[in-house]
Amino acid sequence: MLSMLRTMWEIFIHLFRKAETVQYPEEMPYLAPRYRGRIVLTRDPDGEERCVACNLCAAACPVDCIALQKDAREDGTWYPEFFRINFSRCIMCGLCEEACPTYAIQLTPDFEMCEYDRQNMVYEKEHLLINGVGKYPDYNFYRVSGIQTATKDKGEAINESAPIDTKSLMP
Amino acid sequence: MPKVLVDGQPIEVNEGENLLEACLNAGLDLPYFCWHPAMGSVGSCRQCAVVQYQSDEDTNGRIVMGCMTEVKEGARFSLETENAVQFREAIIESLMLNHPHDCPVCSEGGECHLQDMTVMVGHRDRRYTGKKNTHRNQYLGPLINHEMNRCITCYRCERFYKDYAGGKDFGAQASRDRVFFGRQTDGVLESEFSGNLVEVCPTGVFTDKPFLAHYSRKWDLQSAPSICTGCGVGCNTAPGERYGRLKRIHNRYNYDINGYFICDRGRFGAGYVNNKERIDYAGLREVDGSYSAIRHENALATAGQWLNDKRVVGIGSPRASLESNFLLKHWLGPANFSSGLSDAEGPGMKQLIKVLSTTKANVPSVRQMQSADAILILGEDVANTAPRISLALRQAVRNKSFSMAEEAGIPEWQDAAVRNLGQDELSPLIIVTSSESRLDNIASHIYSLSPDAIADFGFSLAARLDGSDIEDEMVCGVADILSQASRPLVVSGIGSFSPDILSSAAKVADSLSNLNKKAMLSLCVSESNSMGVAMLSDEHTLSLASVMEQLDDIDTLVILENDLSRRLDRSALQKLSESKVNIIALDVIENSTLNRASMVLPAASFAESEGSLVNFEGRAQRYFPVFEPARDRLPSWHWLIKLASLDNDNKLSALACFDDVVSLLADSDKKWEEIVKVAPGQTFRDRGQKIPRQTHRYSGRTAMNASVSVHEPPQPKDNETALAYSMEGLNRDQPSTLSPYVWSPGWNSNHSVQKFQSKVDGQHKNQTPGIILISSNQNGFGESVSYERTGALEANNWTLIPIACIHGSEELSSYTKEIAELSGNAFIAISEDAANALGVLDGDGLQVIGGSAEISLEVRVVDRMAEGCVGYSVGYEETLSLAPGQTVRLAKDASWIRSKPHLIATDGASEASLGESLYV
Ligand code: SF4
Ligand code: SF4
Ligand code: SF4
Ligand code: SF4
Ligand code: FES
Repeated sequence: MLSMLRTMWEIFIHLFRKAETVQYPEEMPYLAPRYRGRIVLTRDPDGEERCVACNLCAAACPVDCIALQKDAREDGTWYPEFFRINFSRCIMCGLCEEACPTYAIQLTPDFEMCEYDRQNMVYEKEHLLINGVGKYPDYNFYRVSGIQTATKDKGEAINESAPIDTKSLMP
Repeated sequence: MPKVLVDGQPIEVNEGENLLEACLNAGLDLPYFCWHPAMGSVGSCRQCAVVQYQSDEDTNGRIVMGCMTEVKEGARFSLETENAVQFREAIIESLMLNHPHDCPVCSEGGECHLQDMTVMVGHRDRRYTGKKNTHRNQYLGPLINHEMNRCITCYRCERFYKDYAGGKDFGAQASRDRVFFGRQTDGVLESEFSGNLVEVCPTGVFTDKPFLAHYSRKWDLQSAPSICTGCGVGCNTAPGERYGRLKRIHNRYNYDINGYFICDRGRFGAGYVNNKERIDYAGLREVDGSYSAIRHENALATAGQWLNDKRVVGIGSPRASLESNFLLKHWLGPANFSSGLSDAEGPGMKQLIKVLSTTKANVPSVRQMQSADAILILGEDVANTAPRISLALRQAVRNKSFSMAEEAGIPEWQDAAVRNLGQDELSPLIIVTSSESRLDNIASHIYSLSPDAIADFGFSLAARLDGSDIEDEMVCGVADILSQASRPLVVSGIGSFSPDILSSAAKVADSLSNLNKKAMLSLCVSESNSMGVAMLSDEHTLSLASVMEQLDDIDTLVILENDLSRRLDRSALQKLSESKVNIIALDVIENSTLNRASMVLPAASFAESEGSLVNFEGRAQRYFPVFEPARDRLPSWHWLIKLASLDNDNKLSALACFDDVVSLLADSDKKWEEIVKVAPGQTFRDRGQKIPRQTHRYSGRTAMNASVSVHEPPQPKDNETALAYSMEGLNRDQPSTLSPYVWSPGWNSNHSVQKFQSKVDGQHKNQTPGIILISSNQNGFGESVSYERTGALEANNWTLIPIACIHGSEELSSYTKEIAELSGNAFIAISEDAANALGVLDGDGLQVIGGSAEISLEVRVVDRMAEGCVGYSVGYEETLSLAPGQTVRLAKDASWIRSKPHLIATDGASEASLGESLYV
């Protein structure tokens, strides 16, 4: 009896609170940057595609909705020849973002992805790739990695010493 | 069995093994790097550290290396104690100091032993903040990629390449933490086993270059158990596919044949499966001679008109499956079937089968060959015709050092110690061939003889072993060596296309068996199913020559996966082109026979179909489709059933699936009875499920085809085999013939194979190694051989010797880009003396005149060549008009333009300067 009265009281009190509901879509709600919505592929601070086609996001995805194929640029650096996300399967869990070693794949606060035709939920690389760094402004994988690129010789990565001279006899 | 205590638990061990092996056998996970099951221990990486206690009272113990510690009854060890655990973690940490941040862009990732071991010891956070060492990479040819930064200096590559495979152009360089593994200068790796570096190296330093170009992770590959089609050895392979592309070939462990290693032709030679020249649709020749692709229903309708009430002759193929060849023969009848072997090879194969079914010697598996204590090679360039066998022979010659080690009480796995003790002591290897071979550098005796002389030598040797009085020094010397051995091995084969050499080898093996030796006789064949198609042949089987003679009486010719331009001479080919006969040709890839055909049917390659192949021992093995044939391709056996049903042939139209074909084959003759046991049929289930071709972490299932349609198609059904195009099911306890890939929790690399072995380097737990179909009646070859010998040749007349090349001589692999790059030009091989006499240098041109042939070939001056003989590269487009044993004349080709030298030295030397020095 007592609890029923208390419940009625609580509900009555709500009449005088400010409403949380917003008039979406006229009024947009605030969503934090870490919100898990539409997935993008970002670029590194030098403007190159960040994704190195390592396939880790695809392996992490619980619904297997990411497919890609590795290709290489002339200097040997890896990038995805194609990169496809089937958003009609995606559950926005964010595991791909967590698996990504290059900060390439990121979830964004955009959730407005309705389509009349399910086929339009299939995003290819040109739909996913944005012209920015997303949430991580600084990271460039190839500056850290040991492989040689067009702009970085062996030994020029972060924390590397110059290549070894194998002919040296010094002890 | 002795027992040792590991962390208080008694484990059973095998006498003489080391603790690392014992732990792995007991299912314990002890990390390691430098130890390799086939190469033994050297104790260099320090990763397999454990604590050993001196006595029951000893509580501190001391750290020892598991791989260097022999297990003794009652010994006490600990893997888990704090000391050992910390030590192993510290080792990984130190190995990782210089390791680059490469995993995402490393094609070893996901099947990397270093990753696995790092996770196993629990090392996670990097503490070292200093700078990392870096290295420059080398260009090692089109097959192997080099990324030296990733090295952990375990020395396995060097030990495999130099010690195990006998390579000369690779090794460790520099000192201390500067050690570098590679060649002296950039260049193509010379060893025909270089591809094994990919699997031997526990990190991503050496990786598969063609695979890297279209890379997918191991977990994303769809695989099936397969058999290499590169030669007649029948190594087991595990090809992997994704997005309809055959991505790579990995070794698939088979205790009896290839063990852990395959040759480069096997690993890299299947790229033709992705070649643009593959046949996709049925094709019909129009009246104007052009081809047009047609729907296969229409093709079959037309074929029907050519088959009904007509004389139809079928030509089989030594590179098509046993089942396809059998169906062709069964459909058209024995009198209308030709094996498709060339007329040079057919009689040889017949002789070879006769030898194998009468020999008193044992016909060894590749593994058994490794136990030989003296080897005689008669007329076969094993390293090029049966590469994996040559690798086994390289191990066999070490038996001398193993017996020295045994006397000294050193276990076999103590690799460095055994090699140190043995030094250059090798068991005798006597090579009697016409020309140089890659095994020459480990041979104790080398003789260069013409094929006839090799056969004569063999017969005299057999006579001498039987006790005849023979004076010849060479014969007596070799006889003495062989009669001192207890397990002599005679290796010969079809490589010289000489039935006499085979008979002489048979005689020698019989004579050795008569001396109460455990003699072995191994005969190499040229193609993956030469043996199968030869066994199918009988007294009715037509030779290719007789098919060509009867051409006018034949209405329709069905050619099964056979490029006749490789087996017929020019005039026969000309006749075929001009004849009115309707040719229905089934093949996988564009070739000149298809250009002569009236109708082409697209056949599935080995990677898209199932079938059995019979290897050099007579061992039948099954390969399975890795992926579904695309477009209108069908397995040849399937096409043949369709064709046969058109021909009102009801006995074949009743065949509903592949297993029915196998059963029909088994019922057709006693010798095929066992064929049904080669692999489980399509009804096989493990715990109610088929065996999955995909890993349990196969990714992208709902996105791979989404670009075509967002509605995922069902998984393709495989109604022919026990495997499924799916990730559902278990890949664990099924027979080894059904093992598509190896993986075990915590062991993502191919080292997980030990979880499937009954013991380290032992048989598969559920071993099904194929079925040997030829058994010998042990009566001995017996026959007194009559033969004709070509008399002495006139001046400037030379006998042609076929020279097989690992890259270039085999038909299908030569349609692979990388292999074509390595094959180089067709050549004529002559000795230094002959070159002087003819006034030519290496790289000049020589006109070869004889028979219908008059061609110019590049000269290759070789170290040794039998008197009166010249060699030619077999299987090259340019040399197809030459025949083994043919007599030719040679003349310098004055108008020859030397090709640019093969540029491999890129450190410093510019193309121009290299060219200059060679052209002066
Ligand atoms: S958010 Fe989750 S479901 Fe969506 S792509 Fe990433 S891993 Fe897959
Ligand atoms: S995990 Fe990141 S870098 Fe790797 S493939 Fe996915 S998006 Fe690209
Ligand atoms: S290259 Fe590979 S196999 Fe050779 S020492 Fe380095 S890690 Fe070991
Ligand atoms: S030895 Fe022959 S069967 Fe074995 S991998 Fe090489 S080509 Fe293939
Ligand atoms: S595996 Fe034992 S020391 Fe390397």
